[in-house]
Amino acid sequence: MVTPWYKRVSEGLGKSRERLEGQLNVLLRKGPDLDDEFWEDLEDTLVGADIGATAVTEIVDRLRDSAARKALPDAAAVLDHLAAELAEEFPGDAQDPFAVGPVVVLVVGVNGTGKTTTIGKLATEAVRNGRSVLLGSGDTFRAAAVEQLDIWAERAGVPVVRRERGADPAAVAFDTVKQANETRPDLTIIDTAGRLHTSADLMRELQKVQRIAQRESVAPVKSVLVLDATTGQNGLSQAREFHTALDLDALVLTKLDGTARGGIAVAIVRELGVPIVRIGVGEGVDDLKPFVPAEFARALVGRG
Amino acid sequence: MFENLSQRLQDVFANLTGKGRLSDADVDAAMREIRLALLEADVNFKVVKEFVSRVRERAVGADVAKSLTPGQMVVRIVLEEMTELLGGTDARLVFTGRIPGIVMLVGLQGSGKTTATAKLANRLRREGKRPLMIACDIYRPAAIDQLEALGRELDIPVFRGDGNDAVAIAKAGVKEAIAQMRDVVIVDTAGRLHVDEEMMTEAARIKEALRPDQILMVVDAMTGQDAVTAADAFAKRVDFDAVIVTKLDGDARGGAALSVKQVTGKPIMYAGVGEKLDALEQFHPDRMAKRILGMGDVVSLIEKAAETADTEVSEEMEERLRRAEFTFDDFLTQLRQVKKMGGLGSMLKMLPGAGQLKGLDDAEIDERQLDRVEAIIQSMTAAERANPKVLNGSRRERIANGAGVTVYDVNQLIKQFQQAKKLMKQFQSAGGGKGKRGKFRLPGGMQPPF
Repeated sequence: MVTPWYKRVSEGLGKSRERLEGQLNVLLRKGPDLDDEFWEDLEDTLVGADIGATAVTEIVDRLRDSAARKALPDAAAVLDHLAAELAEEFPGDAQDPFAVGPVVVLVVGVNGTGKTTTIGKLATEAVRNGRSVLLGSGDTFRAAAVEQLDIWAERAGVPVVRRERGADPAAVAFDTVKQANETRPDLTIIDTAGRLHTSADLMRELQKVQRIAQRESVAPVKSVLVLDATTGQNGLSQAREFHTALDLDALVLTKLDGTARGGIAVAIVRELGVPIVRIGVGEGVDDLKPFVPAEFARALVGRG
Repeated sequence: MFENLSQRLQDVFANLTGKGRLSDADVDAAMREIRLALLEADVNFKVVKEFVSRVRERAVGADVAKSLTPGQMVVRIVLEEMTELLGGTDARLVFTGRIPGIVMLVGLQGSGKTTATAKLANRLRREGKRPLMIACDIYRPAAIDQLEALGRELDIPVFRGDGNDAVAIAKAGVKEAIAQMRDVVIVDTAGRLHVDEEMMTEAARIKEALRPDQILMVVDAMTGQDAVTAADAFAKRVDFDAVIVTKLDGDARGGAALSVKQVTGKPIMYAGVGEKLDALEQFHPDRMAKRILGMGDVVSLIEKAAETADTEVSEEMEERLRRAEFTFDDFLTQLRQVKKMGGLGSMLKMLPGAGQLKGLDDAEIDERQLDRVEAIIQSMTAAERANPKVLNGSRRERIANGAGVTVYDVNQLIKQFQQAKKLMKQFQSAGGGKGKRGKFRLPGGMQPPF
């Protein structure tokens, strides 16, 4: 029995899978011969999924080794084995910071990854689950970012704390947390302006927002990075810098409904150990799904 | 992790004498490094394959010029090939002469279309045009408000239509441009996924209705391997003319730019290099090639210096350096030039291998530190600045009080000053001769003081 959300995930991932399967079917058709060409094609396929050349070399070397040791009979068995191994790279006991309240979550990331949209979806989801929500409009830099969050809040029917454009985002965080301390919502989410991780000033600004929230909040404060699945190797640099600055609690991987496969997430989780808790698979309000490691890993190698 | 392809190749060829021709084995080793470097820079793996085989063809049996090491030789081949692939000459917007000229922007969600629309309008106005922007993104909440706010900031009109038909809004916008006597319109469209049939059809319909002079695809420099799939789909459905690469102010290598150019054959026209609305530059293939290869953007840095640095001051400074008469006044002048160029942070990012200078990022490129240094120097008397040797304990204390810092800070600065002076003497005696460093000298003898 396939639950509706699962179907949406499969459909979302399906688009990326179709193309990948096209490639992997070529691999599979090669039959039982696991020759050099097979391994080279597999390497290309994984590199094409943005897992990264260095990580791929490592993964394929290890896989070659276990294929020989375990006498894996054919390409399908190798790919299944690979999917199982990749799934294990993701922490199994991942804590979803959005699930257990009361909690204050700071949503951060580079420009254009889908922070505000993700917050809109999260708020809607929480309200549907009968939870109370408060939003903080901490993106005071981008034109109309406040209005964008307002529209989402209105759709979800939740209150928003805001200040004028150009205001200090730490002040917005202060106001939001203060209100959260009084009204005690289950979930408080603070939006922040997109910023490149290389901008030391803006990263410091973000640290200040976190510091203020932590200092003022009665509820625990968590930080979540929103990462665009179309991002390449720079995603690792992004995650590293945001993690260094804020000690991230979780990742959300967006835009998986295109043809990008978000393989950089593997490299990020391998290096930083920060769990992925949600994936975005479409523009609809229901298109933010829980992250299921085994499913993601199988989709990544075309065995979904 | 390696940052710099030249360094990598130097290492590959370290055991070679540098005479004669490159052997197959030498070239193989070099090609492996090039492949890895390109993949790390997010160049699509298929594009990498083609590229590497092309470079290999030229490298095998190539005569190593006397003045170059084999490593330098291969780097030169790689750079030449890549610059050519990225598009030889600078691409420019072409208008048919119809008034208003129409430019339409398309791309994936979050690539930066709305910001690019405003930046492009600003740029065209600087070039003497009278632009109007049309907000056709009727899907993303507040996208139209965003463009309107940017228009207000720039004082450039924005047309926002009613209803939920992007094609009708676009058409009405062009009419409005004619009524307002605007000679160019820039059409911002909704972000769309290349696999979204309905949305791709809408983009094609807007194109059909407006017949734009130019369609530009906006591509995020941080995009990975999938850039080619999206670009290819947009090329087939809306057939864009050129590309704007955005978010190049980060540390992404931007290999996606090469992939898109290679797969679609469309030139890259502009580069988005900052959050400010004037941060849209003409795209330079040669600089992008160096960036993808991790070789830094020395040319941009020098240009920036030339733009901001006062040449007379620089020349005089060089002269003083030659005579090793470097004083705190010179130090202050340099400091101010560094600040004018956008601070140490933005300068360092453009230097080759700057990615390795991780620690500098937060600890030492503290712009406020520059302010403190300025305050300390300004608290010195003219005599003290000219001859730092007179700075005894009580003078240092007075300076610290005057600048609002501790004596320790003053001591640190004096120490740094002495080190900088020493360093400069070394640079002078090295005479720009050997090694990578000697080749690269900041204009006006400028050397970051820390």
